[in-house]
Amino acid sequence: MHPRRDRILTGFSIIALFAFLYWARGNASEYQVRLMNNCAIFVTLAISYNLINGICGQFSLEPNAFVAIGAYTSALLTMSPAEKQLSFIIEPLIWPLSVISVPFWISLLAAGWVTAFLAFLMGFPVFRVRGDYLAIVTLGFGEVVRVVANNLQSVTNGPLGLKGLAPYTNLWWSFGFMVFSLFFIWRLTHSSFGRAMKAIREDEVAAEAMGIRSFRYKMMAFTISGFFEGVAGGLLAHLITTISPTLFTFFLTFNLLIIVVVGGLGSITGSVISSVLFVIGGEVLRAVEEPFSIGSFRVPGVPGMRMVVFSLILIAVMIFARKGIMGRGELSWERLLHFLRAWR
Amino acid sequence: MVAFFSAEHLTMRFDGLTALDDFSLELKEGDLVGLIGPNGAGKTTAFNLITGNLHPTLGSVFFQGKEITGLKPNRIARRGIARTFQNIRLFQDLPVIENVMISYHGRLRSSFLDAVLRTPLYNREERGMREGAFSLLEKVRLSEAANDKAGSLSYGQQRRLEIARALATNPRLLLLDEPAAGMNPQETRELMDFILRVKGDFGLTVLLIEHDMRVVMGICQRIKVLDYGAAIAEGTPQEIQNDPKVITAYLGEADLA
Amino acid sequence: MTFSTFLQQLINGISLGSLYSLVAIGYTMVYGILRLINFAHGDVLMMGCYFAFYAFLIFSLPWWVSFPIAVLMTALLGIAIDRGAYLPVRKAPRISALITAIGVSFLLENLALVIFGGRPKAFQRPPVFGHAIEWGDLRFLTLSLWIPIITFFLILLLLFVVYRTRAGMAMRAIARDMETVRLMGVDVNRITSMTFSLGSALAAAGGLMWTLKYPQIDPYMGIVPGLKAFVAAVLGGIGNVVGAAVGGLLLGVLEIMIIALLPSLGGYKDAFAFLILIGILLFRPVGIMGEKLPE
Repeated sequence: MHPRRDRILTGFSIIALFAFLYWARGNASEYQVRLMNNCAIFVTLAISYNLINGICGQFSLEPNAFVAIGAYTSALLTMSPAEKQLSFIIEPLIWPLSVISVPFWISLLAAGWVTAFLAFLMGFPVFRVRGDYLAIVTLGFGEVVRVVANNLQSVTNGPLGLKGLAPYTNLWWSFGFMVFSLFFIWRLTHSSFGRAMKAIREDEVAAEAMGIRSFRYKMMAFTISGFFEGVAGGLLAHLITTISPTLFTFFLTFNLLIIVVVGGLGSITGSVISSVLFVIGGEVLRAVEEPFSIGSFRVPGVPGMRMVVFSLILIAVMIFARKGIMGRGELSWERLLHFLRAWR
Repeated sequence: MVAFFSAEHLTMRFDGLTALDDFSLELKEGDLVGLIGPNGAGKTTAFNLITGNLHPTLGSVFFQGKEITGLKPNRIARRGIARTFQNIRLFQDLPVIENVMISYHGRLRSSFLDAVLRTPLYNREERGMREGAFSLLEKVRLSEAANDKAGSLSYGQQRRLEIARALATNPRLLLLDEPAAGMNPQETRELMDFILRVKGDFGLTVLLIEHDMRVVMGICQRIKVLDYGAAIAEGTPQEIQNDPKVITAYLGEADLA
Repeated sequence: MTFSTFLQQLINGISLGSLYSLVAIGYTMVYGILRLINFAHGDVLMMGCYFAFYAFLIFSLPWWVSFPIAVLMTALLGIAIDRGAYLPVRKAPRISALITAIGVSFLLENLALVIFGGRPKAFQRPPVFGHAIEWGDLRFLTLSLWIPIITFFLILLLLFVVYRTRAGMAMRAIARDMETVRLMGVDVNRITSMTFSLGSALAAAGGLMWTLKYPQIDPYMGIVPGLKAFVAAVLGGIGNVVGAAVGGLLLGVLEIMIIALLPSLGGYKDAFAFLILIGILLFRPVGIMGEKLPE
């Protein structure tokens, strides 16, 4: 164990990352920057989702609900009163939202806290049940959120959604928050609290018998996931600059589910690797959906094929490699260096 | 004087079945009592009622003067009653030492923010937990395997780990559910010594369920016998060995020698 | 609200309830045997409707041939899903099976999207189903009366299979204790596949009848009815076939009537089912007719 070496390597990587981002801002194409922002946000979402699903072992299908809540909260707070008047053409936005307009970072904080609070409220009914039922109940909440977003004209502008959001999200924000969430969740997981959550995952009855208040720690994992997913929602909103209820369907949860499962439920580094693979892989596969040529052959594009491939990957992983890429373990500096040395 | 522990008229009925009928037991501090009976007699049910895993249809449980009937298992554990399980419920995927460290978590004073920020308070407590867990592992001779996954241990080792984990909760009363199951005679002898030693070192009161009569007759001061959910005898090992009702209940079963 | 409107909505509610019943039975039977929520069940319904659509379109088969064929093909699809995706994960932890089910659901939806195209297709309603009755200021399709009647008979047929045949007895036994039944020499996998085929066939039947009433199909049409049917199964007591039927009917009627009484809440109707679900799980998890909630 070389904690000092590990800390230096980690610190160095972070500096290298930000140096790279600095370079990218000037030199990468808009498309590439967008892709990088997407990666960072999805990494954040994946490791938050992994906290409740993989580390605490509570199979929840909540992300689309939390991301939606965070996105709307953040958007409604950053839009100026004038913009709101323009957007809310069917029904005016309620007071005080109609007159508030705050800086981006405050809206993100608010997005996180509001989502965490709603997660807290949701936790009371949700953790009365287990297993499959927990999944369905959280799925149900996701549907309720979507339906409410679609109908509450005076708050969310219904199906019209919110357009023309200021593109505040840049590489600093998305990667900065990603690094923060990695730090927070890593530290939490590798602490006594993380152990408590893992114990609940392994055997809740035994954990209780050793004095662990399982409800409290399930709640902790859930609300913390809620916080990070909410902020990520706010970042997403100000990246895409347009949000509407159709953006936050079960589809989003499904994508995150594939990511954490393929990465290895319970592995933080697994989620990181997997989300990068999926964002980039998704882009690569997108090419399959457009017509392209191999030599003189013209292959017609098949729209929707991407998702077919992803579904097949998920099913295949479940049947053949249930533990995913990293299983429950983490990719540590130790293992990476060992691997590199063996490779040479 | 208030009894250290007493279960009074505990009854468990569900789905038309009476798993336990009018079970009463009193323990003084420092007792080592055995609970025996044929399979399905209601022994583990009695444990589950005491530890809060089941809610009794009738009856109550008192510990150190306070009623604990129907409390959640984690509260009862923190009140000082620890247990092991009949079919070993370890945290399979966690390292051996972390299985034991979990039991310290209930007494943690740091908040999760302390943990994330690795404040001096948290670091101190974490070190304390690790050291405490390690010394318990040494007591059960598992310190070599501290970083192995709990699931990789042998059966006998897993049983010892469960006991270490239970001890780490700093209990006053220890409930052992078939601790000698699957052990060979040598291991069983070591277990008997171990239970007596640990009881003395930690000042415990022990209630144990066992099928292995060597253990029961060897170390228990008192034995209670259940059959079909009801108590049929209670007394010293001598008395129980010669009780015709007990012999009938066990007819053809365990070796009473 | 006038009496005729009330009656009209009641009839609509019963039709909707019939659909939910038929689909809910499939969920409850599979859950009873495998303790698995078959996420893909609603999508199987969707496939059934597309099978009928193409049987009619490509092969110009009359409805009384293409419908049974579609139901049969859907039953086969159910078996294929069981054998191909669920059987390999039978021994895995239940979460794995659940994730696999979600994967299959998505696979079906996106396959339909890729193969059939995303735009909703108009279903050719055979003229015989277009007859309407006028009665005072009520106007409804005779179909709306036929749907509950046919559903009733289908459910009776199913109950006959479940309670009066040996295969049905095997199904009920497996729901209690799969291992013991296996040890008794029963081919558990075959019975399971049969359960899937029955459930899928019923779902297809329900879906087809529904499409006759609202003749439009798209790849995502099975999702919401599927989820609501699951709620209905839980409402009636998961694992209980009669309960699923009752739950389905109740949910359908409630859904329509609440909107009829409070039209302003119309947009929220999809959320009702989930609020009901959350309510049941909080206050009466065993459902109306159910046994203890399995872990």
